[in-house]
Amino acid sequence: MTAMLKINTLVKGYGGLLATDHVSLELAPGELHAIIGPNGAGKTTLIGQLGGEVAPDSGMIEFDGHDITSLAPARRALRGLARSYQITSVFPEFSVLENVCLAMQAHCGHSFGFWKPMLTQTELVEPALRAIGQAGLSYRATTPVSELAHGDRRQLELAMVLVAKPKLLLLDEPMAGMSHQESGKVVQLLQGLKGRYTMLLVEHDMDAVFALADRISVLVYGRIIASGTPQEIRANEDVRTAYLGDEVLPI
Amino acid sequence: MSFSLFCIQMLNGLQLGVLLFMLSAGLTLVLGIMNFVNLAHGSLYMMGAYFAAAAYARSDSFLIAALVGVVGSAALGFAVERIVAARLYARDHLDQVLATFGLILFFNELARTIWGATPYYMNVPQALSGTIDLLGVSYSTYRLAIIVVGLLVALGCYLLINKTKVGMLIRAGSSNPTIVAALGVNIKMLNAAIFALGAALAGLAGLMSGPILSVQPGMGEPMLITAMIVIIIGGIGSVRGAFYSALIVGVIDTAGRAFLPLLLREFLDRSTAQAAGPALASLLIFVFMAAVLALKPQGLFPVKNQ
Amino acid sequence: MMRWRISAWVAALVVLLLLAVPLYASLAPEPYALTFVSRVLVFALAAISLNLILGYGGMVSFGHALYMGLGAYAVGLLAQHGVTSGWVQLGVTVVVCALVGAVTGAISLRTTGVAFVMITLAFAQMFYYLFVSLKQYGGDDGLSISARSDFGIFTLASPIALYYTALALVLAALFVMKRLVDARFGMVLRGCRINERRMQAMGFPTLRYKLSAYVISSVLCGVAGLLYANLTGYTSPAYMAWTVSGELIVMVVLGGMGTVFGPLVGSLVLLISEEILKALTDRWMMILGPLIVLVVLTARRGVYGYLLDWDGYRERRRLLKDARSAEGRP
Repeated sequence: MTAMLKINTLVKGYGGLLATDHVSLELAPGELHAIIGPNGAGKTTLIGQLGGEVAPDSGMIEFDGHDITSLAPARRALRGLARSYQITSVFPEFSVLENVCLAMQAHCGHSFGFWKPMLTQTELVEPALRAIGQAGLSYRATTPVSELAHGDRRQLELAMVLVAKPKLLLLDEPMAGMSHQESGKVVQLLQGLKGRYTMLLVEHDMDAVFALADRISVLVYGRIIASGTPQEIRANEDVRTAYLGDEVLPI
Repeated sequence: MSFSLFCIQMLNGLQLGVLLFMLSAGLTLVLGIMNFVNLAHGSLYMMGAYFAAAAYARSDSFLIAALVGVVGSAALGFAVERIVAARLYARDHLDQVLATFGLILFFNELARTIWGATPYYMNVPQALSGTIDLLGVSYSTYRLAIIVVGLLVALGCYLLINKTKVGMLIRAGSSNPTIVAALGVNIKMLNAAIFALGAALAGLAGLMSGPILSVQPGMGEPMLITAMIVIIIGGIGSVRGAFYSALIVGVIDTAGRAFLPLLLREFLDRSTAQAAGPALASLLIFVFMAAVLALKPQGLFPVKNQ
Repeated sequence: MMRWRISAWVAALVVLLLLAVPLYASLAPEPYALTFVSRVLVFALAAISLNLILGYGGMVSFGHALYMGLGAYAVGLLAQHGVTSGWVQLGVTVVVCALVGAVTGAISLRTTGVAFVMITLAFAQMFYYLFVSLKQYGGDDGLSISARSDFGIFTLASPIALYYTALALVLAALFVMKRLVDARFGMVLRGCRINERRMQAMGFPTLRYKLSAYVISSVLCGVAGLLYANLTGYTSPAYMAWTVSGELIVMVVLGGMGTVFGPLVGSLVLLISEEILKALTDRWMMILGPLIVLVVLTARRGVYGYLLDWDGYRERRRLLKDARSAEGRP
């Protein structure tokens, strides 16, 4: 079975610092792979290179059998690589429904329609309502996002990422800034997606990571120091050293 | 086309270049550090010229006039920064564009009210009138003086930015403004000082170009637009970039206007060349800007942003 | 009781008054009213075109007067050479503005933010210098247009025909905009204004949509220029000066950026304000300048924008009141 995502010795440096230090990784289809690491480890840079907003200095990224290393973000999205953002990047002026319909629209032909309102197009609205339902936001579908609480906005991010049924989800700290109750809902949502979607999850919330991940890689100073099943990572001495004072791994 | 003519045009290009540099330096600094687009920068150029012209008429001393011009525009720049600009640093560029557009209207009308709509003529100072002999070429002493002053100012800017503590703050602020504020520097005073410095340079450029062009309301805007072309080509926020691209733009524009019509006369009949020459010459720097943008959208000497 | 939104009432009233202006002008008689409101409509059309890319698309173009100038010169140059057919002039305007818009847009849209403002300003200035140097067509002094555009069944030589043509175009443009902003194209444009990076990450090739909007905007603005040349009987490089571009931006923001009706309101308010100020003093720009600064510092939503906000507020209060009375509590 070919890997859904293959990262081959990716390197990215800023000045003298290597934010991504020869990172190699492979994700099997349907796998939920978590990336953890102390702050400043280079997780956001890595996601940036996978999403296409940051160009690596060297190395290769292969997605679903194709080399996408130099592909623009929009092209990657159309191939089924969806990304959610650590800092919520939804559209506050639009309603929840408009946000998700817009996310669907990108995958539904061209946007040179000047006459028919977007919200009357069933090919957009039906999948949108389904994704909104998945994210538990059905009762807020017509609310302007500016009126939504932080936790609901993070749910919306997920709905926007899911609506076009992507092949790979890049989730950049989806639970950032959430209360325990709110992150519980996200964990449930992601659990429901396991197996059907391939997911690369960058997270700080250790409970969530160890509950969800099939495999975990630990990123420290741009390098992957350990990669394996949750049990293997838990037992790994290097990982404990790296995290001393930063996080506490659940026993 | 004689060697002498060629040299004179090259020198004229250099002279325009240093004037453009003085005008662009302030504009690009304020843009790069405070992220503030100041369309009224041309008004500071104009007011510097007017202050100097008025002082010159009263005192008959170019030195005093120059001092009044520079200090006056610095003070005006400081006032503009405190009253209008500082309130808009956090706002988006549209607000800044609109507000400074309003200022342009105000200053142009102010100049018209105080000094009238007819151009004010400034005489070249006695000491600098006449020509000087450069390697067999006879060149206007005053224009040479402009080149010298301009290069000295450029040297001064280089020393300030690269060899002083203030300069270090400027360079840091250029690539990461938030960190400079976090360092506990009195960011308000620093911003006001940078703005005033830029205004002083603009005023200096204005008063020096007074005797060559004429001092009139609205004289700032065409120069401002050329200055914008300079900083687009040079790279926003880069004073070094502004210097090189100002010289390039100055030479291209001057040489283009002088030589393109002559060149066209070789290929086209006299009347077409007569019509097309000046038209095409005025387009040269814009075409150059478009070409640079097509190849390097960030400019020739961009400031690296983290 | 019909609980109509105030903004809708105001819009309807404005349209009604606009329809009645020629009647007033001939009855009063006050022919200047016709000329003045024609000018308002011409600039409203230009402002509507700018609103598409600025208010909805977030592209701050400080060179939009260029297209007004191109449209005006299309009329002037063609009339100079004996071509007075309005249809030909219109065709030339559309083609020229589309070409210039496509080329300058493609170059300018390689940049964003401040650079975009400056580049659009530079391109407009470039054409200004170009037309100034065309001495055989009047150069700096401009070109007077003796014969107005002839569209066969009507000609713009008649002030009434010109007025109603302008009004019809404005109303048509407003209607198209109303549909467009909620359609796929409009939503993409609006999304680009809010967060272009996110739009790209979602899979939109944003450049083609922004460029298309820019070209559409240029063509519409060119048509406004065609009308303007007919109104004044004159064309000149001054029509594409940066001051006019600035005024267009002021109209868009003053009226209400990113609202359909805003640009018309903005044109009305700005031009009426200018008339009032001109009547007070010759130095009216000294007052207008700081006024613009004040508006920027305080009233960003624009006149029509505030009306819409007020309607939204009233709507929410009404819903709250209804909810409370449904609960049976005071």
